[in-house]
Amino acid sequence: MTSRLWPTSKKPLPTAAAITQPTPQELALTGSWTARGIAAVDRQFEAFSRPSGSTLLIDGTNIEALDTAGAWIVQKLLFRLRKNSVVVEIRGLRPAFARLLELIGQEIGDQPAAPSPAEPPGKLENLGRSSAALLEQSLALLAFIGECTVALGRSLANPARLRWRPILFNIRSAGFDALPIVGLLSFLLGVVVAYQGADQLRQYGANIFVADLVGLSMLREFAPLITAIIVAGRSGSAYAAQIGTMAVTEEIDAMRTIGIAPLEMLVLPKIIALLIALPLLTVFADVLGVFGGMLMARAQLAVSYAEFLDRFVKNVSVTAYLIGIGKAPIFAAIIVTIGCFQGFRTHGGADSVGRQTTRSVVQSIFLVIVADALFSVAFSALDL
Amino acid sequence: MTNADPSDTTVIEISQLTTRFGEHVVHAGIDLQVRQAEIFALVGGSGSGKSTLLREMILLQQPESGSIKILDVELENITDVAALALRQRWGVMFQHGGLFGSLTIKENIGLPLREHTGLDDALIDEIAAWKLALTGLKPEVGAQYPAELSGGMMKRASLARALALDPELLFLDEPTAGLDPESADEIDQLIRKLRDLFGLTVIIITHDLDLLWQLADRVAVLADGKVQGVGSMSQLAEQTHPAIRKFFDGPRGRAVQQQAAAQIHAPTGMR
Repeated sequence: MTSRLWPTSKKPLPTAAAITQPTPQELALTGSWTARGIAAVDRQFEAFSRPSGSTLLIDGTNIEALDTAGAWIVQKLLFRLRKNSVVVEIRGLRPAFARLLELIGQEIGDQPAAPSPAEPPGKLENLGRSSAALLEQSLALLAFIGECTVALGRSLANPARLRWRPILFNIRSAGFDALPIVGLLSFLLGVVVAYQGADQLRQYGANIFVADLVGLSMLREFAPLITAIIVAGRSGSAYAAQIGTMAVTEEIDAMRTIGIAPLEMLVLPKIIALLIALPLLTVFADVLGVFGGMLMARAQLAVSYAEFLDRFVKNVSVTAYLIGIGKAPIFAAIIVTIGCFQGFRTHGGADSVGRQTTRSVVQSIFLVIVADALFSVAFSALDL
Repeated sequence: MTNADPSDTTVIEISQLTTRFGEHVVHAGIDLQVRQAEIFALVGGSGSGKSTLLREMILLQQPESGSIKILDVELENITDVAALALRQRWGVMFQHGGLFGSLTIKENIGLPLREHTGLDDALIDEIAAWKLALTGLKPEVGAQYPAELSGGMMKRASLARALALDPELLFLDEPTAGLDPESADEIDQLIRKLRDLFGLTVIIITHDLDLLWQLADRVAVLADGKVQGVGSMSQLAEQTHPAIRKFFDGPRGRAVQQQAAAQIHAPTGMR
């Protein structure tokens, strides 16, 4: 710190704390003994010792400033020396400093030993604990899915209870607002698929098959998957963060005490909204993906738009389209369930919100891909 | 009431301060002086701008015009270096603690020391443990996380963190709100002890009538964007402004006033 910082300050610049030992029986402390200046003298103190039975005189006349950190290290030294039966006398301290030193002295002698940190758990214990946690979480998830299903069933049986305003709001925020990013990414995906296929197809002169390639892969797999992944990252995380923050600020508890079921208020609108929005987004992704492939087919393989569409209509079945769309509601259910579930499991503070949000995104993307793989197996078994 | 270090040095000087949120005028020319080693309370109804004033004093917000001088440093156009130096000379205890959720209580208290001094970790832990004990918390609390603590314990931990660097100035936002009477009394005594011991200047925002009567050397009442009165509680008791009368009339105000009159005679005696 330089003096220029406080141009009007009347205080002189603090000098660093220092120790001098004019004679073996004497220690002179000088300078400002505050937290910012005592790091060096603390180490000197640690190393300082006197033979037991001897005397020591500490001269504090030239101490300019003393705070608790400074007093602490002085008292620590005194305590250590006195335990070693060294007779220590302090003199020359200002009254205020002496009082502070005395106050610290009362504490330091009977300071309870810090509770020793618990033994780090062994490998087996860790394995057991994480298994138990995993099991507990799976059971809780199962219970949550059950509760949601019951709540959904009850609401559908009595549609007047449905909260349409949040449903529409969620359709807009999770669906409509996601159109640009979903459209752009699936368009690029279509371009990439066609581009990668182009080389192979050209070698066999099978240029026109690019329509089959792009059509089938986009409609069946890529469009639903990329849409679900984007929405999981975009909206699933938002669900977890929103509900998690509400849990931390006791809003969820407040809702319960007022007599509003949090599931009905927070989860159902999201489920219904995404069940509607995700299939629609998937259709949009289908269109943009195929369009991207079509552009690339003309640029790379000289397949005109008319030829492409002709082939596309003939060879890409409606089944492929419906299979793709059919996956979307399942993905939607996974995303909302995981997002809200992780949100509700938040407890503690801001830290926990972050952790649960991360978890919700990782788990929902993971489960979406697992579900997609299971669909592939099922469809191939069914010859679809 | 004893004043350990009577001094006429002014540590905070606010003059002609105005603050506006859009059309809404929060402060319309506030003048205040806080003297060294006094316990100064800032009171006022909801929305009277006392929290805003606190935020402006601790460099979290900029007033529209007027000047604030803290420890002889003018806050307007303060440089980053000067601001950092100034921030190490005060401690702030926020209403809801403001403890970092990802750190244990001991780490929270030791954080200012770790950031701003070169002390050894072991020494920092010892000092943190002592500050913890000073605020009346058990040593076990040090290893806990803020989320595991009750509201009162959070306040104490927050106070311990505010005291980490032995500040010259202590800002307390509602130090006793939400505490049981016993804890509130302990906080009262702790604040007085700190003032007597270190010559600490304490600025408190509060609604706690007990605290105002028992602890505050001077009280400033904020209303309608202005300071309507400054003085000890017994001095203010003689004033007639409606914003001030609120603290004395009404069942609570009267009860505390009688109690205070019975306990301590004329807290004005210190000046």
